[in-house]
Amino acid sequence: MAFNYDKYLRLEKMPTLWCWGCGDGVILKAFVRAIDKLGINRDDVCVVSGIGCSGRFSSYVDFNTVHTTHGRTVAFATGIKLVNPDKHVICVAGDGDALAIGGNHTIHGCRRNIDITMIIINNFIYGLTNSQTSPTTPKGMWTVSQKAGNIDPTFDTCNLAIASGASFVARESMLDPKKLEKVFVKALEHRGFACLDILSNCHINLGRKNKMASAMENLEWIDSITMPKKKYDALTPEEQTNLLPTGILKEDTEADEYCDMYAEIIKVHQGQRKTISQDDFTKKI
Amino acid sequence: MGTREVISTGNELSALAAKDAGCTFFGGYPITPSSEVMHEMSDLMPAVGGVCIQMEDEIAGVAAAIGAGMAGVRTMTATSGPGISLKAENLGLAQMAEVPLVVVNVMRGGPSTGLPTRVSQGDVAQAKNPSHGDYKSITLCAGSLAECYTETVRAFNLADRFMQPVFVLLDETIGHMHGKAMLPTEEEVRDGIVPRKSFDGPAEEYFPYECEHDQPAVLNPMFKGYRYHFTGLHHDKKGFPTEEIETCRKLIQRLEDKVELHKDEIESNEEFFIDDAEILIIAYGSVSLAAKEAIRHLRAEGIKAGLFRPITLWPSPQDRMRELGAKIPKILVVELNIGQYRDEVQRSTGRLDINGLFKVNGRPISPYEIVNKVKEL
Repeated sequence: MAFNYDKYLRLEKMPTLWCWGCGDGVILKAFVRAIDKLGINRDDVCVVSGIGCSGRFSSYVDFNTVHTTHGRTVAFATGIKLVNPDKHVICVAGDGDALAIGGNHTIHGCRRNIDITMIIINNFIYGLTNSQTSPTTPKGMWTVSQKAGNIDPTFDTCNLAIASGASFVARESMLDPKKLEKVFVKALEHRGFACLDILSNCHINLGRKNKMASAMENLEWIDSITMPKKKYDALTPEEQTNLLPTGILKEDTEADEYCDMYAEIIKVHQGQRKTISQDDFTKKI
Repeated sequence: MGTREVISTGNELSALAAKDAGCTFFGGYPITPSSEVMHEMSDLMPAVGGVCIQMEDEIAGVAAAIGAGMAGVRTMTATSGPGISLKAENLGLAQMAEVPLVVVNVMRGGPSTGLPTRVSQGDVAQAKNPSHGDYKSITLCAGSLAECYTETVRAFNLADRFMQPVFVLLDETIGHMHGKAMLPTEEEVRDGIVPRKSFDGPAEEYFPYECEHDQPAVLNPMFKGYRYHFTGLHHDKKGFPTEEIETCRKLIQRLEDKVELHKDEIESNEEFFIDDAEILIIAYGSVSLAAKEAIRHLRAEGIKAGLFRPITLWPSPQDRMRELGAKIPKILVVELNIGQYRDEVQRSTGRLDINGLFKVNGRPISPYEIVNKVKEL
């Protein structure tokens, strides 16, 4: 039986403002299926989005929803989560949102390992504002702010998240909605910061001038630059150039989660335990 | 009032007030001269089961605080001028989405990095309009150690009443001043708490932003079955983005009117030797302490000076200043900036002959400087 999304959508907000053929809807649907699969009550979910096409994600799903300022999703979500440690708080941000203007908050959300699921919808471009270079725009591509070709080096979102301390890091693309749903389930089940680099298309504002003006061409390009981690790991470094591994790239279930650690601070101040010391940590620096 | 004697500093009293007023979240970032507020909150919050978090920057500090406010708890941040500049965009979101929040600003010399460890009142104009767009700021200014406490408590109640950020302006002098203060008891403060309104009818009948033209939004706590939307975009009664002409107009007009039409609930002033005054000094914050001392000296010499001290700086006590301006021949505004509030006094009194004694070198104004200035008038 086909999945019925109605319960989770704000149907009166349809159609979305996303362009025809945009991957954001595929990602939204996979996310909703993951919530349903886990049997999470809608009232126990908060979706926090930023600015950009992905920023509208929050207004379409029937949860507690927050549309914040550009780049600040993780910072707002941190406040919401810390006063509700048992609820599910999910950030949805674009590549410009999460990695450019909001890069600092993404890094520190990862570092704290606070139990937030961060979905970075990475379409390699600023879509809503019409084709400016983002931190993930491939070198040499045309953008409206670099018409002679982009010379800015790119961020590898997952490497950034791993280096910053996120305990769950994965990459998938909207090409495989089943895998996407699975990785969302895994990320939501994980206690700690889950950083997901979800590749999506923007044939309108990335593809148009970069020889992939249709959704299909844009998706074929995403397919051509991604490879499952297992296969990717078997390649030589030269062969790995210009490929992004997909799947779960890091999963550490032992790492201290920030709300859990803050509960210890509360215990200290309420006289239920002694002060936290270096001896409490295996990894101190 | 005055049943609890403490020896403390302005910054610490502001933190204590937050805890007593039921605040359970603090998000901040270190900045001189306000850091002690965070230091205190890092002990006070976990002791009551709340949270104090030092975020990665000023922007994140206020964002986390607003997030907690959206979730439904009483929440605070503290900073100084440079921090307000950084927080401005998110403060605008809190104005637009009507999220209550207390922002303590311990003023230091500006602009830019300015004089980090020295006193100033240079953020008074900034407090009126820290971010872009139209709304009405509520700004309280403590003029004594006790007021660092009582005005912070009042700020929490006003934030919940008007559903918006409320500024508490301290300055470096009063923030770091150490001395005795008489405070209301914890019970008194607790009894005086007026929590934000909430809706308890069926969820399908809940429209957080559907309110009278002069009333704030009614925002229920998150995760309680009332799923709605926060946004900084113009929004409809359910909180969803809209560009519908009349909805947009009404929303912004309401943000103005909910404060403008209820100024009487916010206004607070102190008047000192006003009745027979021939020279009116207008001063606020730590400067008002020097002004009072100056007035005692002037009176001893037979010069009839009095003080008008706005405690609520914004919205300004326009009507009272107009009355006093119509009655008292000479007016002197004393402040640690170049006339930021003098402009407001001119506007309110409709007089252009308002004198000023201003100082912007990071040093306090002494009573004798005020005495000498008054004698020159």
